[in-house]
Amino acid sequence: MRVKALETILTRKGLVDPAALDEIIDTYQNRIGPKNGAEVVARAWSDPAFRGALLRDADSVIAEMGHYGRQGEHVVVVENTPEIHNMVVCTLCSCYPWPLLGIPPGWYKSDAYRARAVREPRRVLAEFGVTLPEATAVRVWDSTAEVRYLVLPMRPEGTESMDLTQLSELVTRDSMIGTGLPKSPR
Amino acid sequence: MTRVHDMGGRFGDGPVVPEPQGIPVLEAEWQARALAVTLAAGSLGQWNIDMSRHARECLSPRDYARFSYFEKWIAALVDILVQTGVLTPEDLADGDDGPHPLSDRKLTRDRVARVLAKGGPADRPSKVPVRFSVGQAVRTLRPAANRLVEGGHTRLPAYAAGAQGYIQRLHGAHVLPDSNAHRLGEAPEPLYSVRFAASELWADPEHPDDQVILDLWQSYLVPL
Repeated sequence: MRVKALETILTRKGLVDPAALDEIIDTYQNRIGPKNGAEVVARAWSDPAFRGALLRDADSVIAEMGHYGRQGEHVVVVENTPEIHNMVVCTLCSCYPWPLLGIPPGWYKSDAYRARAVREPRRVLAEFGVTLPEATAVRVWDSTAEVRYLVLPMRPEGTESMDLTQLSELVTRDSMIGTGLPKSPR
Repeated sequence: MTRVHDMGGRFGDGPVVPEPQGIPVLEAEWQARALAVTLAAGSLGQWNIDMSRHARECLSPRDYARFSYFEKWIAALVDILVQTGVLTPEDLADGDDGPHPLSDRKLTRDRVARVLAKGGPADRPSKVPVRFSVGQAVRTLRPAANRLVEGGHTRLPAYAAGAQGYIQRLHGAHVLPDSNAHRLGEAPEPLYSVRFAASELWADPEHPDDQVILDLWQSYLVPL
């Protein structure tokens, strides 16, 4: 059935409000996106106490920042280190931390990513232009429950003098899913 | 014992195609409407998230493979609207304009921000005792299947069935999808992150130190 036909039936029956649909679309196309997550990451890079609290109990930290919401009710932040690179997938559907990253990109929902990220994460990373050192283990998080995972990437070198805004501009969406790395300064 | 959505580890899907950073742009208006109508209909409160996931998984393998992402959403939304009695097949056929008893639950524009911000947490108080501690070795059930309903919803992927892992973290007690998806009650029980060596799951792991971590309910696990 066509979306438009279903929307029309539901609207005529008083079950959906087209203006509310416009509002939902505006929210996820213009307001809620990876900038929210980038703000969290930039603060974690700048403030060790914040970083500690975020890794211990992300829910209360994120709620305080106003980023609690649908599909982000239970958040765990996982930290990249020289030893471990984290990467997030949902093999069974497309679970994703909406209040922090917005709606997922097409590739995240694709069969190819869902099928391959757990079995051959390094080949998938290579398709994103990411090659990890041999000494770094990959830890893939398959989001099988209502817990949503956000990757805290490593702070790039040469960013010591940057403020929160400048830092957050280095944080890409993919670096918080674990299929990318933050941008280098310059 | 599994359904078409359970594709973790599958071969043959080809490359992943990256996209520009930032907010993903839904290329077609109908995709945006599909997203919005699904969320708005969900807020009528006639089904839960596990039921809506199961409705998508119940698409035939043929449809699941050929439908695009939001086509799956709409097909499943129509199915669940009928299953839950919100709409009748006649409503869908002739688009009758009669007032609906649920219309006072309609999500209005002014409530959108509040409803999205409120979310729907899945943690619950539970009397089920916590059986495993962090670091403990466990094994997942095999086969991966709903133990309450034949062919029912479960969140144990087939690739992780019968595998040995280690408890990484306890998340508290969460609603059990295997029960909740079939309206058998929320049945909350302890939920854990469980860590598996890639070599435990795959014949040809890419690196000896790689790991996969899944969130698994206590009843999916047995002690070793």
